Amino acid sequence: MLIYTLKRLLQAIPTLLIVITISFFLMRVAPGGPFDGERQLPPEIEANLEAAYHLDEPLPMQYLRYMGNLLHGDFGPSFKYKDFSVTELIMQGFPVSLEIGGLAILLALIIGLPLGIAAAIKRNSTVDYLVMGTALTGIAVPNFVLAPIFALVFGVLLAWLPAGGWNGGALPNLVLPVVALSIQQIAYIARMMRASMIEVLGSHFIRTARAKGLNEGEVIFRHAIRTALLPVMSYLGPAIAGIITGSVVIEQIFGIPGIGRYFVQGALNRDYTLVMGTVVFYGVLIVLMNLIVDLLYSALDPQIRYDD
Amino acid sequence: MSKSLSSFFKGRRALLPLGVLALSSSLLATPVMAETLNIGVMGELASFDTSQVSGGVWESQVLMDVFEGLLKKSPDGELLPGMATSWDVSDDGKTYTFHMREGAKWSDGEPVTAEDFVFGWQHLLAPENASKYAYMLYPIKGAEAVNTGKADADTLGAESLDDGKTLKVTLNHPTPYFPQLLTHYTAYPVPKHLVDKYGKDWVKLDNIAVNGAFKPVEWVSQSRISVKKNPSYYDADDISLDGVNYYTTEDRNAGISRFRAGEFDVLRDYPSSRYQWLTENLPDATHMSPMLGSYYYVLNNREGRPTADKRVREALNLAVRRNVLSEQIMAGSFKTSTGMVPPGTNHYEAQHMNLVSDDMSARMAKAKALLKEAGYGPDHPLHLTLRYNTSDEHKKIAIAVAAMWKPLGIDVEMANAEATVHYQTIQQGDFDVARAGWIADYNDAENFLTLLHSGVGNNYGAYSSKQYDDLMDQAAQTQDLDAREKLLEKAENVALDDYAFIPMLTYVTRNLVNPEIEGWADNVGDDHPSRWVHFTD
Repeated sequence: MLIYTLKRLLQAIPTLLIVITISFFLMRVAPGGPFDGERQLPPEIEANLEAAYHLDEPLPMQYLRYMGNLLHGDFGPSFKYKDFSVTELIMQGFPVSLEIGGLAILLALIIGLPLGIAAAIKRNSTVDYLVMGTALTGIAVPNFVLAPIFALVFGVLLAWLPAGGWNGGALPNLVLPVVALSIQQIAYIARMMRASMIEVLGSHFIRTARAKGLNEGEVIFRHAIRTALLPVMSYLGPAIAGIITGSVVIEQIFGIPGIGRYFVQGALNRDYTLVMGTVVFYGVLIVLMNLIVDLLYSALDPQIRYDD
Repeated sequence: MSKSLSSFFKGRRALLPLGVLALSSSLLATPVMAETLNIGVMGELASFDTSQVSGGVWESQVLMDVFEGLLKKSPDGELLPGMATSWDVSDDGKTYTFHMREGAKWSDGEPVTAEDFVFGWQHLLAPENASKYAYMLYPIKGAEAVNTGKADADTLGAESLDDGKTLKVTLNHPTPYFPQLLTHYTAYPVPKHLVDKYGKDWVKLDNIAVNGAFKPVEWVSQSRISVKKNPSYYDADDISLDGVNYYTTEDRNAGISRFRAGEFDVLRDYPSSRYQWLTENLPDATHMSPMLGSYYYVLNNREGRPTADKRVREALNLAVRRNVLSEQIMAGSFKTSTGMVPPGTNHYEAQHMNLVSDDMSARMAKAKALLKEAGYGPDHPLHLTLRYNTSDEHKKIAIAVAAMWKPLGIDVEMANAEATVHYQTIQQGDFDVARAGWIADYNDAENFLTLLHSGVGNNYGAYSSKQYDDLMDQAAQTQDLDAREKLLEKAENVALDDYAFIPMLTYVTRNLVNPEIEGWADNVGDDHPSRWVHFTD
């Protein structure tokens, strides 16, 4: 298992290298630069700016410089947020995104899994239709519709919770963004769990278990759920990586200082270093999450072993 | 509504920690309120180092609260003495002598001297600091040469005299708007003693010292900047607020919710589409007033473009119904305009393009005749490319304008791109008609009219008129304000008679302001220093 883990980590290096290289050049191919805007700058000032950020060097040279700095763990200064380095921005924003995203996933699992299981057991009953109908609505209503409605209803009209702001992560400030972020996940997880559960309940080993005379509770909790969780697990890897790296919609609507918006704003501002920093960070997270999921697989399913 | 709104605001003022409260109430028998102003701003400050600021209007809100230039602004935007208590101007208008305020201090207790201004300006102009807005100081003698690396920093026409008690500034030309420029953040002082000590890290909150009414104490990137009253500020006793929080609020609709929930006292913009709703539901809080900003369409005057023909440019101008754009498309949240320089500009009378008549059918008839004369008609329809930067507002206006041109048989192809790409494309001249906007850097007509001067980078349409350029150059050398005004107005009329561009709308300031605050007033610069603000009881 240890060898397997090391092997996977080594394999991740070329993957990340390719991701970084492609992103670096794609970013530069995009028209416009970090200093283009509504006001054209005098050529001398533009030259000063380019020299300050080494943008006047040939592209391959800039690439080597970037990779060299990266090896030292230096993501460089942000082009836009001058008082912070990219590392500082990510380190300040990531714990916030991790907290909001982690809680949202937790909430989604706590609610989504039992709903999916219940719907599968009571297949084609009122419970099933109710759960699946609600889940479909959850998937269909996007965040950017849901979040402002939450802020309006619970923040303004009922005034139960703050309409926005982070406030150092105080509980009342967490509720709305976490719930808004989790609703879609609850829906996905419930649907996935239901489908997977139905498949498992119809399989041979469950029939055998029932034939052995096990009661229904034991069949479901000891045998069916464990197996049915596998597809949900493989969905969770990338989903967690996606959610804990922030959601630009939720962050902007609730004014939360996460890192989600850096992806979008960095790209729009052509803040090359910030975009690269977030891409590398996201890439590493995806690799790690997938690895963790694969390792958990073997814990859930004895047929999967990583002995080599 | 205003009543329930006020009750929302009651809970906003944070109480001091309980211990202090208990102590003070037992002593004074009245609770002590910590008055903090909460402002929703549309973006985040790029840096507390004024040479690194990127130019967003939200940045000047924070910077004007923590720094002070030689002059400062009143709530109405009038100029007042700041770090200089008085100044003399030489007869030729080219030399300014500023007498520095005695006893003015940085927040770390060091005195603010003329030397800090000289250093601050040199810092801004240093090529290696790559300041985007360094050109704002180009009226100062030698500034351009220093910024382009052709001369040493000490050749700059700014000298500290009498041990830093006097600042002598020499200009290239008499520049009537120079005092205006001094309130802009590019002209703020920089604490030399801290830059010497910490280098680039002088702006880190542990190191920074400021000379304004408030001092930064916390910065959560993308969320909030908090400042507290600066006890070293010379007018500290007159400052009513204990602190200000600036919340980064990119989503303007979310900003409205937070304002309504009482979390913000001021929201520095709202979507124009919400104007109607806000005036009906929050009438006391909704502010809208004229601003020094022009929304116009650039016409490509380059050879080979259909818009290089003056008759085409006139026809396009005639067919635009500006009142429809203002009232119906933008729901009253822009004012109509038929000139480049907006009304309200200092020492300037707004000029108007000759649009033949108010009667649309007469205008359309004239436009049709002009196009026919230029060789366009059913057999040879005029085809135009209209470019705009991606935004709902720009899109609505572009669609409306294209529809207004349709009866003339004009076939409009629309293309939109994000701002970065849009401006790069139009700078290269690849368009016929393009959306552009200009918000004044300082309150002077020259700032707008330079957009039509030959060879200027922001003259996207490459309009070029010798007569125009001569008048502008003459104005730049003229010290008498009335004579200068006449020259500038004449120049604008040259461009208007050439139908060089399509004037359309004037920007307005849009703010939501808690009716319980005073010392906050609408003004054409949309500048609102927090030092004047106080809560009514």
